[in-house]
Amino acid sequence: MSFAFRRTVPVLFGYLFLGTAFGLMLQSAGYNFIWAIFISMFVYTGSGQFALVGLLSGGAGLFTTAVMQLSINSRHMFYGLSFIEKFKRMGKLYPYMIFSLTDETYSLLCSTAVPGNADEKKVFFLIALFDQIYWIAGSALGALIGQLIPFNSSGVEFAMTALFIVIFVEQWIAAKNHMPAIVGAVCGIICFLIFDPSNFILPALVTTVAVLTMYRQLSFKRKGAAK
Amino acid sequence: MSPILFAILTVAVTAACTFATRLVPFVLFGTRDKPPAIVRYLGEVLPPAVMAILIIYCLKDVDFSSANSILPQVISAAVVVLLHLWKRNNLLSIGAGTVCYMLLVQFVFI
Repeated sequence: MSFAFRRTVPVLFGYLFLGTAFGLMLQSAGYNFIWAIFISMFVYTGSGQFALVGLLSGGAGLFTTAVMQLSINSRHMFYGLSFIEKFKRMGKLYPYMIFSLTDETYSLLCSTAVPGNADEKKVFFLIALFDQIYWIAGSALGALIGQLIPFNSSGVEFAMTALFIVIFVEQWIAAKNHMPAIVGAVCGIICFLIFDPSNFILPALVTTVAVLTMYRQLSFKRKGAAK
Repeated sequence: MSPILFAILTVAVTAACTFATRLVPFVLFGTRDKPPAIVRYLGEVLPPAVMAILIIYCLKDVDFSSANSILPQVISAAVVVLLHLWKRNNLLSIGAGTVCYMLLVQFVFI
């Protein structure tokens, strides 16, 4: 238990801060801390919950919400690939482990070497659970602060932009090939200019997938020709 | 639709879609050894591309004809990138960038 807790300390600070930013945004959109707790319990995702505030206050349709959320969270589809075998062995906890696989929990689980005397299943579960508790606490705290201490929180929504930029910089540093990031940026900008800015994500994603798939075929052909 | 029902449904759709994206690999590949090559390829290349698109999405409320609207975004984004390249500390980069943006929109570019 104390091993799992020590592993999650960096996420404790990160989630309290980001959760608070989310709670503040949600509160200023007119939803109190009960909503914050409810959302952080059942949705539990950083970027998606920030986008959710915009969707709620903008009165977006449910279809738009679904497309937005599926695309924002699409990266999560690939996190699970590393844990299929491990999570399956966790029995009753299996669904919760899938549900709680956020960016931060994923990176902790990837980098955690459980000491020989500890129960890996228990450590994995506790890491996932602690992280979500921090997130719920942060969201509730933010919403309560926004309600009780009136201060000007305008601009706090930049936390979402900053979060995306940080993830992007990390991915850029880790990537061998920067083509995917560039293709995404170019398709994104073109679609942003052509379509309505609040609806450009789906066309941008579709063109990105198409271009990257073609790029893969071309680089295969080039390799084949070189032989 | 009443506003509360609308909000509950929006949250429910968000929760379902979020869980669905996390569930996909377990449902598709839970029984196989390895996902097909194209899926593994997209798994590798899509995340940075999606992040680039999401950063552009964050600009949707920027008024591109007003320097007061553009400059705080550009300056704070630069702070986040530079600080992150320097210290590689997620919390520091996000925290300092957000505080910088809040100060700029509340006191400098009004």
